[in-house]
Amino acid sequence: MQKNEVKKPNESMLSRMVRHQMFIPVLALVILAVFNLIADPAFFKITVGQNSSGNMVLQGFLISILNDGSELAILAIGMTLVTAASGGQDISVGAAVAIAGSVLLRILGGGNSRPEELAAPIIVAFLVSCLVAMLFGAFNGVLVAYFKIQPMIATLILYTAGRSIAAWINNNELPVITDPSLGYYGGFIPGVPIPTPFFIAAICVAIIFLVLKFTNLGLYTQSVGINENSAKLNGLNPQVIKVITYVIMGLCVAVVGLIKVSRISTINYSTIAKDIEMDAILAVALGGNALSGGKFNMAASIFGAYVIQFLTSTLYKFKVSSDALPAYKAVVVIVLVVISAPTVKEWFGNVTKKFKVKEVA
Amino acid sequence: MLKKKVAMLLAAAMVAATVVGCGGGDDAKTDAPADDAKTEAPADDAADDAADAPADDAADDAADAPADDAADDAKTEAPAADGELIKVGIINNDPNESGYRTANDKDLQEMFCEANGYEADFQYSKKNDEQITFAQNMLTKGIDYLLISAADTAGWDGVLQDAQAAGTEVILFDRVIDADESLYAASIVSDMEKEGQTAVDWLAGQGLDEYNIIHIQGQMGTAAQQGRTKALDEKVAAEDNWKLVVQQTGDWNADNAKQVVQSVIDSGEKFNVIYAENDDMAKGAVAALDAANISHGVDKDVIVMGFDCNKWALEELLAGNWNYDGQCNPFQASYIDEVIKSLEAGEEIAEKTIIMDEKGFDAKEITQEDVDNYGI
Repeated sequence: MQKNEVKKPNESMLSRMVRHQMFIPVLALVILAVFNLIADPAFFKITVGQNSSGNMVLQGFLISILNDGSELAILAIGMTLVTAASGGQDISVGAAVAIAGSVLLRILGGGNSRPEELAAPIIVAFLVSCLVAMLFGAFNGVLVAYFKIQPMIATLILYTAGRSIAAWINNNELPVITDPSLGYYGGFIPGVPIPTPFFIAAICVAIIFLVLKFTNLGLYTQSVGINENSAKLNGLNPQVIKVITYVIMGLCVAVVGLIKVSRISTINYSTIAKDIEMDAILAVALGGNALSGGKFNMAASIFGAYVIQFLTSTLYKFKVSSDALPAYKAVVVIVLVVISAPTVKEWFGNVTKKFKVKEVA
Repeated sequence: MLKKKVAMLLAAAMVAATVVGCGGGDDAKTDAPADDAKTEAPADDAADDAADAPADDAADDAADAPADDAADDAKTEAPAADGELIKVGIINNDPNESGYRTANDKDLQEMFCEANGYEADFQYSKKNDEQITFAQNMLTKGIDYLLISAADTAGWDGVLQDAQAAGTEVILFDRVIDADESLYAASIVSDMEKEGQTAVDWLAGQGLDEYNIIHIQGQMGTAAQQGRTKALDEKVAAEDNWKLVVQQTGDWNADNAKQVVQSVIDSGEKFNVIYAENDDMAKGAVAALDAANISHGVDKDVIVMGFDCNKWALEELLAGNWNYDGQCNPFQASYIDEVIKSLEAGEEIAEKTIIMDEKGFDAKEITQEDVDNYGI
């Protein structure tokens, strides 16, 4: 994505690396990996075992990270676009996931909270939930683009009301689906040893990269984010582009809704995907993307999402006590965000340059 | 400024649209009978009857009137002895919070409606300050009883004093408040510590040689978490063969619980008990066990324990997939009704704190009847 990076011939390899946007997330991952390697090399062990339905599946911390980080990676895609185009974040993601999941279960159960069999094929239910999630995305997008409301305020509406809407869709019932085929999307497809969410995430990532490569979405999003007026003067319609990014966010939300619901075959409106928007925003920030919009690096955001999951798994692995968990995470987050801040990066760049100059002298 | 106002209006509209049920319906109904009687009853004093006279008179008058709906409306009023509804203001937590709260709210809605002689105003919030504002508004409007399930234990003194000054009786349900006992008439609560103790006693009764426990806690600091954790902590400290493999919060969330258990499985440590502080988290834990082909349930490798008695959880017990589920009784409405009835009759309340009857279910003994009766 970093095609337009200017390579100065006299710049050292090191300083170019430091300046690269992927540097921070990769560095964070390396630190975490080395830390785990020293503390317990078994962290990296992957074994083949059987699950209770008799399938051979891969097990181990790394597999768990790829598995559990999938939702975050998918949301990071949407959040990156939303951030780039509108210069703000969508904080209604978790609530929207609850709505999408609720719609999915409503269609699958056909209004019955304990259906004997599925009332509709999963693909139909999923498509309807996509549609609903995209509508809610469009709602957010219209508020932001046409009514010029701050993204965080606009999405606050759905953040507050979303979980109630989700509960209302199912008349406050908690449908439980017993059909095992729903479990494939958040677990394993029989005969495939790799967790399905990882495949779903991989497909989403592949699609967004193809879209960015073969359409002008990336370019248009960035130009709107950098300067709305000049984008307008160049014949773009900033409003439409902003709404599109929120609709794409909605699509990501629906996919995550499917995975989340599939993982436990039911839903809890108040806890499903709770606070996931904060992790998604963090993934974008960790990827070195400016939260004020403009240029973005999709790969870095997605990578950032897996780094966050890596961190979470590491904290679980070391059994950090319940009370202290948020504090540890906060410290790590502060460090990561500070070193990825543009001013600090610039300072780093200057230091390495000076160092080099001195060496030459 | 305008944009913000528009945003807030929209938010308010959406929230209002989602609060469907007895709360909204009641306001409409309370106005309806009087209006109908006024416009349609033939007798000129019918309007007065409907407003003041004993309920059966009003019912008769209304029944003579041609409109059927007027008769229906009037009849629903009849059970109240003197034709006046008892006004109650009910402040509860967000009904979407959990299956427990949904059942709790439904129970209250069914009890406190006009058929039972109540005019109820329901307000929901999971924020203490909002709840306090609701309470003050209700007191200003004038109510006979104020029922509170407080989001937080502190900050209620002022409201309770205002209520006392206004002659409104306060009844606490589900959760206690840090306030002097003289400020409220009764409190109907679950004893979370007892719930934990019952569960731990049951676990001790299983007679395992070693207890290697994965303890998944609820949201830290909540009464349910503290009560259910305390009994287990004490037991682990007291017994040599009881050990916590991990003690971690799952924030009531199935997904988090799954990750905690997954992490223990990945690290290869041995465990034979999962003590999850609610059903959702037990479910998440079981999902992790299934993925690793670790058997669980009656006479299997891992004992699974949950709380709250969701219907689906009790069905897991019935199928032998889980071992134990502790009840957290959400059905407080009948207890509250009893308290109000005796206060109306001018009786003294014998005990201020009424602790609800709560059971623990063992997968070996549970029956379909239990699932139907106690599942929420």
